[in-house]
Amino acid sequence: MPDLSSLWLTARLALVTTFVLLLIGTPLAWWLAQTRSRFKPVIEALIALPLVLPPTVLGFYLLIAMSPNAPFGGFWLQATGDTLSFSFTGLVIGSVIYSFPFMIQPLQTAFEGPVQQAMRTAASLRASRLDAFFTVAVPMSVRGFVTAIVLSFAHTLGEFGVVLMVGGNIPDRTRVASIEIYENVETLNYADAHALSLILLIISFLTLFCVFLFNRRFPAHVRL
Amino acid sequence: MLSRTELDACPIKLFIFLCLSSLLAACAQPKAQETVTVAVAANFKTVLDQLESDFEARTDYKMDAVVGSTGKLYAQIVYGAPYDIFLAADQERPIRLLEEDKAVAGSRFTYALGRLMLWGTDDPAALATSDIKRIAIANPKLAPYGRAAEQVLIKLDLSETTQTKLVLGENVGQAFAFVSTGNAQVGFVSEAQIISLGETDTAPSWRPPADLYDPIAQDAVLLTRAGDNPAATAFIAYLQTDAARDIIEQHGYDLP
Repeated sequence: MPDLSSLWLTARLALVTTFVLLLIGTPLAWWLAQTRSRFKPVIEALIALPLVLPPTVLGFYLLIAMSPNAPFGGFWLQATGDTLSFSFTGLVIGSVIYSFPFMIQPLQTAFEGPVQQAMRTAASLRASRLDAFFTVAVPMSVRGFVTAIVLSFAHTLGEFGVVLMVGGNIPDRTRVASIEIYENVETLNYADAHALSLILLIISFLTLFCVFLFNRRFPAHVRL
Repeated sequence: MLSRTELDACPIKLFIFLCLSSLLAACAQPKAQETVTVAVAANFKTVLDQLESDFEARTDYKMDAVVGSTGKLYAQIVYGAPYDIFLAADQERPIRLLEEDKAVAGSRFTYALGRLMLWGTDDPAALATSDIKRIAIANPKLAPYGRAAEQVLIKLDLSETTQTKLVLGENVGQAFAFVSTGNAQVGFVSEAQIISLGETDTAPSWRPPADLYDPIAQDAVLLTRAGDNPAATAFIAYLQTDAARDIIEQHGYDLP
């Protein structure tokens, strides 16, 4: 039986990453859905970059940025006493960037069109913007939220290249399941590689299956 | 044969004529230069570049290099990759290829012995102090340099105090990158990597005595697929000449 601690670490990484993405992603997607700023295409392109960039590029830049010699990495070392590279926090930062489009794009789509119209109606009925957001926009965008959350979670589960570049393969801190599987394959330890791969495959399938099951039950936009 | 004026008058005929004649010329050329394809472990690539120009200057043969990790190249060879010679970073994979009849019996020899270096400090005792937070090594399960680094730490009785500081690179190249980007203060790398930096390297370093770790022997084998390719046998012979050995030693390797 393989060591399951890497799976638990992977799950924790995916959960924390998804939570952070939800906090950052919701206001950003909301802004994108309603803005007429001429910077919008630039921001959208930046957000979509992790879809096309090889993870090695992302990992390489992160390795440089997290170095204690770099301003960001140096600041972090002074503030916390620990380097950002080779730490769980470092992996969370990498994963947030890596899964960014998977959170933003479904949310942005959900917030556009009918939701904006409903928000204007709510405003005409003198609902405050924050109140209207939680009572009108959020319930109308449930499907977008579910898709965004599940895709971000699943995408982080499958992360490999970025972690390989900045993780340092430390048990319980940065040795996630994909790294452990890779190491098992390289050392010809196929039995453990099979077991971990199968577990990861089943978890990923069930996660995605839940989204599609949910999407069948709920229409794209809930009517008021 | 068409006359010159006819050809000028008809561009399409001229085009076809040129195509056919160049095809004929290509076929009629003396036999294409014999080429040897060498699968080389990534850590030896820069040395192989030097060896390649020297080899091609001394013989009429050509050499192509395919770079990869020893494990991946091994897998490719098992599944029929078209390589003639395998320059591995260990002994294990060439031995396996011999057992699997993918390599020519009796062709295996050690072409280089890697030298381990501690990079970033000249005092191994400093590894135990709190000044050093991270020590980069290659993964001991995957890479010979990692195994050697682990042995050095054990022999120096530092393995327990440094256990929580170790960060593992997939190979010695990644361990090197961790140190050179400043993410780890020190690391165990190969001397060849430090030499390749030339004068830009100003970091202190320490060379562990050879009796602290098993030799990092890198073995070469002639692959069965090479058959009687004269370029392949010539390159194997060249690798064992003094000229080639000098180049290998200049780049930070020992020789048996």
